[in-house]
Amino acid sequence: MTTLDSRDNRPLWQRYVHGHHWRTQAEEFDGAKLGFWLFLTTEVLLFGGIFCAYAIFRSLYPGAWKEGSSLLDWKIGGINTAVLLISSYTMAVSIYYIQVGKISRARLNLMFTILCGALFVTLKLLLEYTPKWTGWFFFMDPALGHHSIDAAAGNGLFGLFRHVEGYGGKRPGSLYEYGFGHDPHMPLWWSVYYVGTSIHALHVIIGMILIFRVWLKAGKGVYGPNYYTGVEIAGLYWHLVDLIWIFLFPLLYLIH
Amino acid sequence: MSSGHHSHGSYLESKGGFFANVLDWATTVDHKKIGVMYLFAILFMFFLGGVAALAVRIELLEPVRVKTTFTATGTEPVTQLLRADVAADIKNKDGTPAKDTLLTAGTRVQTHPAAKTVLGNELTSGTQVDVLDDAGKTVVQTATLKGSVSVTDPKTGAATASKITGQFFGSPDATAIAAGNNTYNRLFTLHGAIMVFMVIVPSVPASLGNFFLPLMLGAKDVAFPRLNLLSWYIYVTGSIFAVSSIVLGGVDTGWTFYTPYSTSTDADSIRVVFMILGAFILGFSSILTGLNFIVTVHKLRAPGMGWFDMPLFVWAVYSSGIIQVLATPVIGITLLLLVFERITHIGIFDPALGGDPVLYQHFFWFYSHPVVYVMILPGMGIITELIAVHSHKRIFGYRAIAFASLGIAGVSFIVWGHHMFTSMSEVASTIFSALTFLVAIPTAVKVFNWVGTLYKGSITINTPMLYALIFLFTFSIGGLTGLPLGTLSTDMHLHDTYFVVAHFHYVMMGGTIMAFIGGIHHWWPKMFGKMYNEKAAMLGAILVFIGFNVTFFTQFFLGVRGMPRRYASYVDEFQTLHIISTIGSFILLAGFLVHLSVFVASLVAGRKAPANPWGGLTFEWLADSPPEEHNFAHEPLCTHGPYDYDTTVPPHWDPKDYPIPAENLAAAGSH
Ligand code: HEM
Ligand SMILES: [Cu+2]
Repeated sequence: MTTLDSRDNRPLWQRYVHGHHWRTQAEEFDGAKLGFWLFLTTEVLLFGGIFCAYAIFRSLYPGAWKEGSSLLDWKIGGINTAVLLISSYTMAVSIYYIQVGKISRARLNLMFTILCGALFVTLKLLLEYTPKWTGWFFFMDPALGHHSIDAAAGNGLFGLFRHVEGYGGKRPGSLYEYGFGHDPHMPLWWSVYYVGTSIHALHVIIGMILIFRVWLKAGKGVYGPNYYTGVEIAGLYWHLVDLIWIFLFPLLYLIH
Repeated sequence: MSSGHHSHGSYLESKGGFFANVLDWATTVDHKKIGVMYLFAILFMFFLGGVAALAVRIELLEPVRVKTTFTATGTEPVTQLLRADVAADIKNKDGTPAKDTLLTAGTRVQTHPAAKTVLGNELTSGTQVDVLDDAGKTVVQTATLKGSVSVTDPKTGAATASKITGQFFGSPDATAIAAGNNTYNRLFTLHGAIMVFMVIVPSVPASLGNFFLPLMLGAKDVAFPRLNLLSWYIYVTGSIFAVSSIVLGGVDTGWTFYTPYSTSTDADSIRVVFMILGAFILGFSSILTGLNFIVTVHKLRAPGMGWFDMPLFVWAVYSSGIIQVLATPVIGITLLLLVFERITHIGIFDPALGGDPVLYQHFFWFYSHPVVYVMILPGMGIITELIAVHSHKRIFGYRAIAFASLGIAGVSFIVWGHHMFTSMSEVASTIFSALTFLVAIPTAVKVFNWVGTLYKGSITINTPMLYALIFLFTFSIGGLTGLPLGTLSTDMHLHDTYFVVAHFHYVMMGGTIMAFIGGIHHWWPKMFGKMYNEKAAMLGAILVFIGFNVTFFTQFFLGVRGMPRRYASYVDEFQTLHIISTIGSFILLAGFLVHLSVFVASLVAGRKAPANPWGGLTFEWLADSPPEEHNFAHEPLCTHGPYDYDTTVPPHWDPKDYPIPAENLAAAGSH
């Protein structure tokens, strides 16, 4: 049995000792992966509820769903999809680099993945939620071009935001503000939209935290060719988050 | 290896001073300690839920309802003017029922038989009266009053002495009655929510499962020990959320949280949100436990132990783990949507915004039907062990029981609609009704296998065996009464009556809780290293059995006769049965108190338990009583099946005391 010896200056991953209740390290790794796959199943089922609500209300109120998805900008959604796909790639690459012992390259890729996640969340909040909820557009918002700026309302926050009269109020449920000629079931569409995308965004943030932890631990030399369970698991989680978005994106943005 | 630091003492061994021990337990990752902590937490919640149940039963003893007394003088027939609307059974002169009529305000009635001049006559529901025509002279028909009655004095026009009977929540005015009903609603919600989410769902897997699953597999611990501790803390957090909603004034939605009621009641209060979040958080704990067990079963079986060498308790906990993992997330998202709905009225379940309250019911039962099998499967697993060990016989139909567990888990996902026959289309209801009968098949397979195992076994009658027999009796009644509920046509009559209440108490209490108590007795010597007083415990078991049946069998009659569930009051016809039921609940209480004192006495002064008091063959009986910290001195090797009583001498037993017939050994050798 090995003990952590202060004179032993091999990196931590080389000195890794598996949990005392496992027979081998390989079994411990398999067990962790099996457990995490089960956890991912629960995540899929959780989103399953949202997809189910989407399907039911879509079949009940096709008009609202048509109008709703036409109010979403597929370009922003598309950019975000690309961001997540790229980050999934860098995540996978970082696992490879850990496996071959190139720790600093792995960390670089991990950090890039986290930044992609941050970009995703920022775009979501800034270019999607804010204008819809309040009517204030970010000045570089690609969707802004379609709308005439309300000069009287002026600019907000050092001129970074522009207000478009009558655009806001696209909120869920009773918070919705009816505009002229809107489908009466729009509040429901926005409920499904916000619940689905915000719970997904929450998962992105949790994923970023997980990967950040892995990044820190990798810096201390915890992971290496011999031991990379944590990286693998963070990777699985990140791919799931990506996968769910791959379903949300066409359902919400593309299908009219 | 620094050998001095590795203690091989019992897991219960003290770690020093009081605080050192508290810290040790609070941070332990030992599945045995976590199992014991779960056991105590669950028993505490069982106590809380039980107190609420007794309060509910006391209210139903003599619920608040109005009885009016009037005074009559002279010889003229007394006529009374009814003030409120009263339902009456009007009979024609020949005695045949005419039709259900409402005696509206102002109708004159006269008590029957009319000739008598009565002093202090009580006009309660059920009183026979004659209805007079407007002139007040002709007797038109005979009527029986139903519901609450109030009467005005024909001379003064004032209300005559009306008294409100009933106790507990009662006091004689309408607001007090409303307040009492309110309290009643909160109490049954509290009872239901605690018993379902905090007691029955985690009961067997999280406590006994946690303790014994790794032992039975010959493992040192569960796959993820720290996750296991986390799940205990999540359980406690969820319980605190739920209980704090009670401290803040209680929730009256019922444990099912049906919308739109649950999204509109107590609109100014955070209580309902707390209760729902509590259930949501408890779901996480359940998922983590299930996940942990599944991986443990897959990866940590002892060398030589194949899938069909596993004890059937492990199979049962494994199957229920699958349901926990697959069904709980759905309730998770449902409760989350419910919280959003309450706070911001997002409209998913709100018809005013285009949402659909029936969608809530679908989501809810998609989880809550499978979860009834999370409740019962581990209980069935315990019963399998109890019956095999205490009749010292190879289990009859090992594979049938194992596959029945998986079968139940599978079928449980496609029958949820049977809770919603009254809110679905006819076609959907018919399909769900047909599917529901599938569940009965694997369930019945198990019952036959247990009875088959008992046949020609050498049965020891002790507390665990007594509980196994009680289970067979009560669970069979519970399962069989599920069939009329699953039958579309009969359920139309029985839905939302006490029949349903009786059914689910027979399966959940008569099933899971009986198995749980039986299991606690069976494994008590192993968990705490002390024997308990067998005679006293058997007395407790008998009291529980009698009390349980007296309490709940009556409720089948109440239900068939139309007593709806979740009401604080009833018409007088139901009172006798309700009184019997309440008496039963106190017999139950007595039984539980006997058990409690037996446990306390055992912990304080029990005889030291041998390692294998019952002669069991599964690995937990190989370990010490109580087991050492890492369970086994040497990793056990699986060399015989879990129920090979005919060919194997149990661990720690002398072959002299357990002679194996030579022909069995020869047969075993030839395999
Ligand atoms: C043979 C097996 C069973 C069948 C066919 C069956 C059928 C049914 C049906 C049709 C209902 C709905 C009745 C109604 O609301 O009108 C029901 C209610 C219920 N059953 Fe079962 N059941 C079975 C076993 C179980 C088991 C094993 C459990 C739990 C351990 C259970 C727990 C419940 C509960 C809690 C309810 C009431 C839920 C509520 O409305 O609050 N059942 N059962
Ligand atoms: Cu059901």
